[in-house]
Amino acid sequence: MKKLLISIVLANLLVACASEKPKEPEAAPAPTPIVEAPAPAPAPAPMVAVDPLNDPASILAKRSVYFPFDVSAVQEADKPVVMAHAKYLSEHADRKVRVEGNADERGSNEYNLALGQRRAESVKKMLVLGGAMASQIETVSYGEEKPVCTEHNEACWSQNRRSDIKYQ
Amino acid sequence: MASQILRGVVGLLLLAQASMASAALSIEIIGAGEHQIPIAIVPFGGDDKLALSINAVIVGDLQRSGLFRMVDPIGKSPHQLADVSYPDWQVRGADALVIGTAALQPNGRIEASFRLLDVVKQAQLIGQSVSANGNQVRAVGHRISDLIYQKLTGDEGVFSTRIAYVNRQGKRKYNLIVADSDGYNEQNVLEQSEPIMSPAWSPDGSHLAYVSFETGHAVVYVQSLYTRQRGVLADFAGSNSAPAWSPDGKHLAVVLTRDGSSEIYLVRPDGSGLRRITFSGSIDTEPNFSPGGQSLLFTSDRGGSPQIYTTLVAGGPEQRLTFGDGNNFSPHYSPDGKGFVYTHFVNGQFFIATQDFQTGQMELLTQGGWEKNPSFAPNGKLILFASEGRGRGILATVSSDGRVQEHMFTQSGDAREPVWGPHL
Repeated sequence: MKKLLISIVLANLLVACASEKPKEPEAAPAPTPIVEAPAPAPAPAPMVAVDPLNDPASILAKRSVYFPFDVSAVQEADKPVVMAHAKYLSEHADRKVRVEGNADERGSNEYNLALGQRRAESVKKMLVLGGAMASQIETVSYGEEKPVCTEHNEACWSQNRRSDIKYQ
Repeated sequence: MASQILRGVVGLLLLAQASMASAALSIEIIGAGEHQIPIAIVPFGGDDKLALSINAVIVGDLQRSGLFRMVDPIGKSPHQLADVSYPDWQVRGADALVIGTAALQPNGRIEASFRLLDVVKQAQLIGQSVSANGNQVRAVGHRISDLIYQKLTGDEGVFSTRIAYVNRQGKRKYNLIVADSDGYNEQNVLEQSEPIMSPAWSPDGSHLAYVSFETGHAVVYVQSLYTRQRGVLADFAGSNSAPAWSPDGKHLAVVLTRDGSSEIYLVRPDGSGLRRITFSGSIDTEPNFSPGGQSLLFTSDRGGSPQIYTTLVAGGPEQRLTFGDGNNFSPHYSPDGKGFVYTHFVNGQFFIATQDFQTGQMELLTQGGWEKNPSFAPNGKLILFASEGRGRGILATVSSDGRVQEHMFTQSGDAREPVWGPHL
């Protein structure tokens, strides 16, 4: 059982890592093959009450939304992700999230801090729209100060234009 | 002064300082001023090692200004007025000559006596002694450079002033650094694993305001460079950032998101007396006070893209100043208040640009690249900005006419967001 739990946790981690990757730019080559998660033990295993937040197959495993240049509105493609977190938060009033906005480096440091804050706020607005309470959500911005990628190209910038939903 | 007191800190910091200070900074100068004064600087007599160090500082300072051409003194080394034969220097094409002596006094202080001579008129322009603590060789050199520069150009020298910037090494090491105007004599004000942003000098040079993420979000602090004590200036929900001092030092403008969007507020240096200035609902940020203190420049995207605007501190109409292609950021008034310097972003490149209030014309000072965060030297003749070279963030200066550029490569990491400090 313990082994099974560990493998589930591992699988979660693997999928979580994979899902951290941003969408590939349109012109990008074929996506790299996703690492196969270790197969879970065959059914019928005793059922454990799994928090959907920890289910790698759940849409809730996606915690990042991405933005075009100098845009802070949540894009159509990411709306289901944000709404799913909104629903989860509305059903788990004890849970809190921190939404962290980020920007690429094409602007001044201070403008990008403001832009990142606006990206965090726009995710918060949608979470509230979807049923979460404002008191469950903290917004912060890192602007361009904490890039996940530091090269001067769109492949990099697209990863940095991001809001992360982090459960506390 | 600041450096002296900064030195009195814990051993760990001292070590960090020492290692940074000992590392050679590399400097590249590009271009030349239109009218360069040919000047010969004879290595001082007295204590040779000391004299050479002072000499190097003076030569570096004057060259960097772009206003001087160094005439090689080789073969002649007068140290006293009586030893000077003016024809020797006229033949070499020097208009000005600097001679002097430097020695360490029994009380541990450096004393340097120098003369600035007009070779054409065969007359002394300056005869003066400069002294400082034994560990302040560079300060002695900078002071002499200032006196020479002021006498020959008529403008105030800025070689003795200091700069502040953020140095980023990897993803987990951030330093707030104060250094001499030439990038040497680096001293650590703050070192931590979370980002630091937007250093801003108090008008008397005694304090720095800055943004730190050490508590997990952007908070503005004010720190004394003398006592190292610091206080929180603004720590509201969301982001607190972009500190800028009023010229009388009695207020700071800051940008807060506590009421929703990024807006500009005024606050006293102790964090009291908060008052909101802008109400656009868009991003309003990067406030900068006019030299008289009545107006602010700032960046806003209220018109759809980031541009430079101005408003009155007391409240009043807000006016857009930049138009045309591209985005504009980070305005800083020129010391005479007649214009401002800013970052212009167009076609994927950043440029350092100035605009004169009267003409409204943009003038590009650089060729474009990754150039951000410009600020004027207190005499308005040089602009310090963040650039990039050899794949790293570096410090750079450009003369306000765009003719001379200098790149300063710090020891390691990315230098970011430099800002030129005031006269002390």
